Amino acid sequence: MLDAIGVGSTAELFDQIPADLRLGRALDLPDGMTEAEVFERLAALAERNVHADREITFLGAGMYDHYVPAIVDAITQRSEFLTPYTPYQPEISQGGLQVMFEFQTAMSELTGLPVSNAGLYEGPSSVASAAYLAMAATGRKRFVVSRGLHPHSRETLATYSEGYGSTVAEVGLDGGVTDAAALALAADGETAAVFLQNPNFLGAVEDIEALGAAATEHGALVIVAVDPMTLGVLKPPGDSGADVAVGEGQPLGNRLDFGGPSYGFFCATPDHIRRMPGRIAGETTDADGRRGFVLALQTREQHIRREKATHNICTAQALNALAGMVHLAWLGREGFRELGELLVRRTAYARDRLAAVDGVELLHDAPVAREFAVTLDAPVAEVLDQAAERGIAAGYPLAREYPEYENGLLVAITERRSKEDIDLLAETLEAAVRLLATGDRRQVPA
Amino acid sequence: MAEASYPEDLVYHPEHDWARIEGDTATLGITWYAQDALGEVVFFEPPETGSETAKDQAYAEVESVKAVSDVIAPLSGEVVEVNGTLTDNPEKINADPYGEGWLVKIRLSDPSERDSLLDAAAYQGQLD
Amino acid sequence: MTTPNLTETAMQRDRAVTIYEKSKEGRRAAHLPAAGVPEPPLDELIPWNLLRDDSPRLPEIAEPEIVRHYNRLSRRNFDLDTGFYPLGSCTMKHNPRLNERVAALSGHARLHPAQEPRRAQGALELMWLLQESLAEICGLPHVSLQPSAGSHGELAGLLLTRAFHADRGETRPKVLTPDTAHGTNPASVTMAGYEVVKVATDEDGGVEMDDLRDKVSDEVACLMLTNPNTLGLFDENIAEIASVIHEVGGTLYYDGANLNAIMGHSRPGDMGFDIVHVNLHKSFSQPHGGGGPGAGPIVVSDRIEPFLPRPQVVRREGTNGSRQPFFDLDIDRPKSIGRLRGFQGNFGVFVRSYAYILSLGADGLAEASETAVLNANYLKARLAEGRAGEHLPVAFDRHAMHEFVLSGAPMKKKLGVKTLDLAKRLLDFGFHPPTVYFPLLVDEALMIEPTETETKESLDGFAQAIEEILAEAEGDPDIAREAPYTTPVRRLDEVAATRRPRIRQPLG
Repeated sequence: MLDAIGVGSTAELFDQIPADLRLGRALDLPDGMTEAEVFERLAALAERNVHADREITFLGAGMYDHYVPAIVDAITQRSEFLTPYTPYQPEISQGGLQVMFEFQTAMSELTGLPVSNAGLYEGPSSVASAAYLAMAATGRKRFVVSRGLHPHSRETLATYSEGYGSTVAEVGLDGGVTDAAALALAADGETAAVFLQNPNFLGAVEDIEALGAAATEHGALVIVAVDPMTLGVLKPPGDSGADVAVGEGQPLGNRLDFGGPSYGFFCATPDHIRRMPGRIAGETTDADGRRGFVLALQTREQHIRREKATHNICTAQALNALAGMVHLAWLGREGFRELGELLVRRTAYARDRLAAVDGVELLHDAPVAREFAVTLDAPVAEVLDQAAERGIAAGYPLAREYPEYENGLLVAITERRSKEDIDLLAETLEAAVRLLATGDRRQVPA
Repeated sequence: MAEASYPEDLVYHPEHDWARIEGDTATLGITWYAQDALGEVVFFEPPETGSETAKDQAYAEVESVKAVSDVIAPLSGEVVEVNGTLTDNPEKINADPYGEGWLVKIRLSDPSERDSLLDAAAYQGQLD
Repeated sequence: MTTPNLTETAMQRDRAVTIYEKSKEGRRAAHLPAAGVPEPPLDELIPWNLLRDDSPRLPEIAEPEIVRHYNRLSRRNFDLDTGFYPLGSCTMKHNPRLNERVAALSGHARLHPAQEPRRAQGALELMWLLQESLAEICGLPHVSLQPSAGSHGELAGLLLTRAFHADRGETRPKVLTPDTAHGTNPASVTMAGYEVVKVATDEDGGVEMDDLRDKVSDEVACLMLTNPNTLGLFDENIAEIASVIHEVGGTLYYDGANLNAIMGHSRPGDMGFDIVHVNLHKSFSQPHGGGGPGAGPIVVSDRIEPFLPRPQVVRREGTNGSRQPFFDLDIDRPKSIGRLRGFQGNFGVFVRSYAYILSLGADGLAEASETAVLNANYLKARLAEGRAGEHLPVAFDRHAMHEFVLSGAPMKKKLGVKTLDLAKRLLDFGFHPPTVYFPLLVDEALMIEPTETETKESLDGFAQAIEEILAEAEGDPDIAREAPYTTPVRRLDEVAATRRPRIRQPLG
């Protein structure tokens, strides 16, 4: 090979790097390990994580311990889905492109908004991407967000706003839901979009249609972040006047994976199609009239539009969206609805059960779908420790992001949390609160 | 349009745009060369009526599947009419760039600008 | 009796049918657990006007059919485990299956992102170790793993730059990018609120120094580069470039897409870069997945560190007399630009990349880059021979690093076959084509990056295919112009797809 190139050694090929920029030493990293050694090292690290198979988890806050069927892994581990590149050559990418088309169809159907892309990175950054669209659509640079929007979404939007040159005004909650009067006051003719979340971060089901009117009245977009698992039972954002719906796709088909990779979804009304971020698969025919799929409307994207692109995204989360689609197909029309109903009923039961516990009060009594918030008569961090000793992750502490709920706890329900698990949670919280409220630091009996 | 064509009755801008001047208004569009280089046009969004064009500046974009091109105004003026049929049928820009594929009509703000534009022969001459 | 159509392949005959078209009312795969709790009507729990009327029209299909559907679809995909992807700028190297095995370990895969750090020490330590490794490879001390892809890293880098200048009371409106930059660079610049200013490329393929000096001023916030650049050439003026941008107080940003050329041989930090993004789905073997997931961690200098995103993975000394270090998510960062996304980032990608780094080690990473550069130059030499040499000359006549660019302009002129047609004909030969029509600087460009995991035989096979296609084109250019012939579908009407978009299945 060196002869063909016309050099005496590969070192010569690095001569174009000036001598003083050559590292000149080995990287200060261990030498390469065998496969078995790497496996053992990674397994040892894994052992030190308390994961959802080692405890009963009521952690949610955007990512949930749903049961993902075995066929999802079987399909996503296939070489033909795992290893190809982005489908720029559609003739040899019909598998991936058709999956995108099916996924777009599913997300449109779930959200009630006819235009969907093939996915973005994840939930909170998709909210920031929706903001970029709203600016392009309205020419305005002001956002109004509900405090019910996930703290990560609000923080991400604030970060991106430094680049957008936009301002963000926050509207508080009242009784667990967005304060409608405050929202009506906050939205004005300078507002590009109003951001709501349904169910909101405290688990409350919001009346999107009623709240959205405040935005529409001023020509602002209504952008709603939604939980896909609730879309079988809750009114779709598209039917409630939303212009854009986004969300975290993890519950469908994806692992907890300590927070990623997952996918974000992004759906909108038809007038926004040319402002959509990300990949969109479109149906067409080939030279012989066969049905096929291609990346459509590419002139929106960075590789063509460059500085005027609708977004900078290139690599997204295609494999994770495939996982979501397979999970949706497995649940199917009736299964998806049934799952939603199951979540609502188990959540109602869990909320009643916990509300009946001494020292536990509901943070709000707005309707909930799969997650709810309580406040404890004892320091939450210590209650969580007590529960963890008993093999339960009792929930997500609210105080850090909602200091107004000093001892607030967010409890998430999935179909994997049985009545027995919920009863155990209630008993555990009861015992822990009783112990800690008396200042007694003894261990809760197992 | 299959064959290259550059009507004599038009004036041309080196950035591949033409103008048909009629009194104090002009109809504008892109030349055969431009539509051929672009490929099949998939999208054209006209500017708003009442907006201004400035000579040598872009006033719109034309899109093919894989490219976006600025459309340069050969003359300055106020947009008085746009070709709305192009929204549903952008292919007219390829099929009939000087006729049904016209883009906008403007009221000229400085008719003397036409003096710096090229006639058909001069435009074709600078194409190679 | 109808004559069988013998000119179609089996896969071509197998028409595309969506999963919705396979639905039959009442079929389903999932069995859900019994509620086990009271089951009042839903409108007793949630007001009826906030409820959905009818179930969404998702597929109604049994499990065996789901499996068959997606398996059959998968076969309509070409993939890296099956064949060669000489895609310039993409670094399509082999994706080791060990990485999938470790990523699937319950301790990683089943860990909730909001788990208390005390109970997620394995995950946090893994992230910290990956950070340390990337810092060493890039030659800069501080890392954030948060960005989800290269573009996300670019946005982060530009927002860091903005925060850095704001901290000094400066407002700078412009960012410089070379005209050879990947499209994500200018797109990120706009999203970060800056104006793009293009810098020219000189006849040796590097940054045009006079043009750079002309355009640099205290209005310039940052210069975004990749080195080697998108032409596969190392810009030997890099030290001077760094000094030019630093003298006016700007930051120097490294797009890590081409890191595969220099691992263990040179480091962007040593070249003078302040901020580097790394594409874990390029140099660090994360599978492409047909368009993601990836990850775009950023590696930065001391002066940029205060602005890093929050939370930051840190290592603290043991407390309460413990000698074990404690790994934590630090949010106490007053100058941080904040969050770019939820939770900590694409952890599953970190697991795979860390396993890759452990597998290769210091010696292996350096060897990977060396072999990547060798393979690229070998293939370039092969394609300088014969018909390829005549019709597809190299754009810049010098040794390349890990990738190189050819021009199809002579082929177009002499044979009437465009780069696009060559690419489509390559599909019939069982290869994914190179990157085409990028960088914009080269007419009818073909950007070729073989990576280190291709054998000499694989490269020879590719060169041979190019030779055959050109020979064919000399005889009859229409063959390439109407290719491909043997793929599941033939050339697709992209015009129709964009003029009248059909982007979802009509559901009845």
